[in-house]
Amino acid sequence: MGTLLEVKGLMKSFGGVTATDDVHLDVTKGEIHAIIGPNGAGKTTLISQLSGALKSDAGTVLLNGTDITNTPAYKRAKLGITRSFQITSLVMGMSVLDNVALAVQANDGHSYKFLKPARSISHIRDKAMENLAKVGLRKRADDLTSALSHGEHRQMEIAIALASEAELMLLDEPMAGLGPTESALLVDFLKQLKGQRTILLIEHDMDAVFALADRISVLVYGRIIATGLPEEIRSNDDVRHAYLGEE
Amino acid sequence: MKRITKTGWVTLIGMLALAILPPYFLLNGNAFYMDLATRLVILGIAAVSLNLILGYGGMVSFGHAAFIGLGAYAVGIPSYHATWGGFDLIASYNGLLHLALAIGVAALFALITGAVSLRTKGVYFIMITMAFGQMAFFLFQSLDVYNGDDGLTIDVRSELPFINLDSPMQLYGLSYVSLVIAMLMVKLIVNSRFGMVLQGAKDNNERMVTLGYNTYFYRLTAYVISGAMCGYAGFLLGNFTTFISPDMMHWTRSGELMFMVILGGASTALGPILGSSVFILMEEVLSSFTIFWHLPFGLMLIGVMLFVRGGLMGLFKGKGE
Repeated sequence: MGTLLEVKGLMKSFGGVTATDDVHLDVTKGEIHAIIGPNGAGKTTLISQLSGALKSDAGTVLLNGTDITNTPAYKRAKLGITRSFQITSLVMGMSVLDNVALAVQANDGHSYKFLKPARSISHIRDKAMENLAKVGLRKRADDLTSALSHGEHRQMEIAIALASEAELMLLDEPMAGLGPTESALLVDFLKQLKGQRTILLIEHDMDAVFALADRISVLVYGRIIATGLPEEIRSNDDVRHAYLGEE
Repeated sequence: MKRITKTGWVTLIGMLALAILPPYFLLNGNAFYMDLATRLVILGIAAVSLNLILGYGGMVSFGHAAFIGLGAYAVGIPSYHATWGGFDLIASYNGLLHLALAIGVAALFALITGAVSLRTKGVYFIMITMAFGQMAFFLFQSLDVYNGDDGLTIDVRSELPFINLDSPMQLYGLSYVSLVIAMLMVKLIVNSRFGMVLQGAKDNNERMVTLGYNTYFYRLTAYVISGAMCGYAGFLLGNFTTFISPDMMHWTRSGELMFMVILGGASTALGPILGSSVFILMEEVLSSFTIFWHLPFGLMLIGVMLFVRGGLMGLFKGKGE
C-alpha cells in the first residue's frame, strides 16, 4: 500500500489567526484516516486547502506523488479528490437524482453538450440511481432536494461523494446533526467502503471515529500533535490532555 | 406521451394567440396592433435571451440592451454606407451580412465583457455589466458619423432571400418564428447536460466546482450565447423601427428587459414573453391616460413582486409544478 496523499508544511492564516500551522500528514491508499480535534482547531480549513477551495500560504500537497498545491479545485476533482461538506452543500432547487447525476456527469467527459436532454441519458441516470440506492435514498430520487430532511441531506452528500468515483474522499463531519440510529447506519456503511476508497474523515463523534479509523491524527490549534493507531491515540498523554482528557 | 402541465398549456395558448391575433388585426385594417405585436415579439426574443443567463444561470446582467443596440447598428451602419458611400468593407444592404455582423459582434462583445464581468459576483456583476453597457452607449453617442445622440435613420432595410422585411406581415412572421426558435433553443440548452451544470452553478457554485466543473467557462459560454441571441433581436428591431440611436443601449433599457423577465417569471419558457407583452401593453394603455404612467406601472410591479411568487407565470402554476 503506497501513499496517496502527502502533505508537507502546509500553512494558512486569516489575518492574525493561524488556522493551519505547519501540517504534515500522509494518507495511505485504502485507509480511513481520521482527523480529530477540538472546535476551531482548523479541521475544515485543512479540508478546504486539500480540496482546493482555499489557497495555501505555504507548503506542498502531493497526490500520488504529483504536486497539486496550486491546482484549482475543479481540476483536483478530476484528479480524484472529492469532499463532502460539514454544512450541507447541495443543489437545493434540483431533484435528489439530479444532484447525484451531476456528480456522475462530471466524470463522463466534458459537459458542453447542448442537444440531448440530460435527464434522458440512461447510463448517467442509472449510475446515479445505483449510488442513491447504496445510501438508501432510492425512493426519494424524484423529490426536490430542499424537501428532504437533514439526515437525508447527509446521506445525499455521501451518495454524491461515491458517485464522483474519487479515489480520495474528504468527509467533513458526515455525522453532523444525525441521530444515534442514523449515525450507526452511516458508520456501517462507511465500514463497507473500507479498502475500496481512501477516506480522510473529520468527525466529532468519537465512537464513530474509533469504530472506523485505521489511523488518527489529532489537530490542535492548526498543528498536528499526534498521528497513530487508534489505541496509541487513546493512550497518548498529549492528546488526552488537549482533547480527550475532559470527557 | 408526457402529460402537458398547466403552465405548458398557458404557454401553448399564449404562443397561439401571438400567431393568430396580430395578423388578424392587420388584415382588418388595425396596423397599429401589428406594430405593437412586432415590438413585443422582438423584445420577447431579447427577454428570452436574458432569461437564459438571468433565470437559469443566475447572472443578473444589467447591460443587456447593449447587445440589442449592437445588433441594430449592425443593420444601420452597413446600410448607411451603402447609401452614402465610404467603409466599403461592410457597405451593403445584404441582410445575411447584417445578420452575421449582428450576431458576430454581439457574441464578441459578450465574450470580452463576460470574461471580465464573470470574475465578479452578485452586486458587482450587476454593476460591471451595467458599466460595459454604458460604455457601448457612450461610444455610439460619440460617433458623429452616425449622428451620435440624434440617431440614424435606416433608409433601406436588410435584403434577405425569400423574405421582404418591408412587408409588416413578413417581418412579423420572421420575428414570430425567430421567437419560437429562440424559446426552443433555450429549452433545449436548459435541459441538456450543459444546462444542468449552468443551473447547478446558479444554485450552488461551490458544489459544482467540487464536482470538477470549471463553472466560469460554462457561465461564459451561456453569456456569449445569450449575447448573440440578443444581438439577433437587435437586428430585427433595427429593421422594424428603421431608426436607431444610442438610446437603445441605455441602462434604463437594460432595466426594462430585466423587468420583463422578472415580471413575467424568470426561468420559465413563457415568462419573458408574458413579461414583454404586459410591459408593452401597459405602457401603451397607461400612457394614454397620463404622461406619468411610470407611477401606476411601478406600483403594479411592486404588487406582483410582493404577492405573486415567481412572477406572472406563478399565477398559472398548477399543483405540484
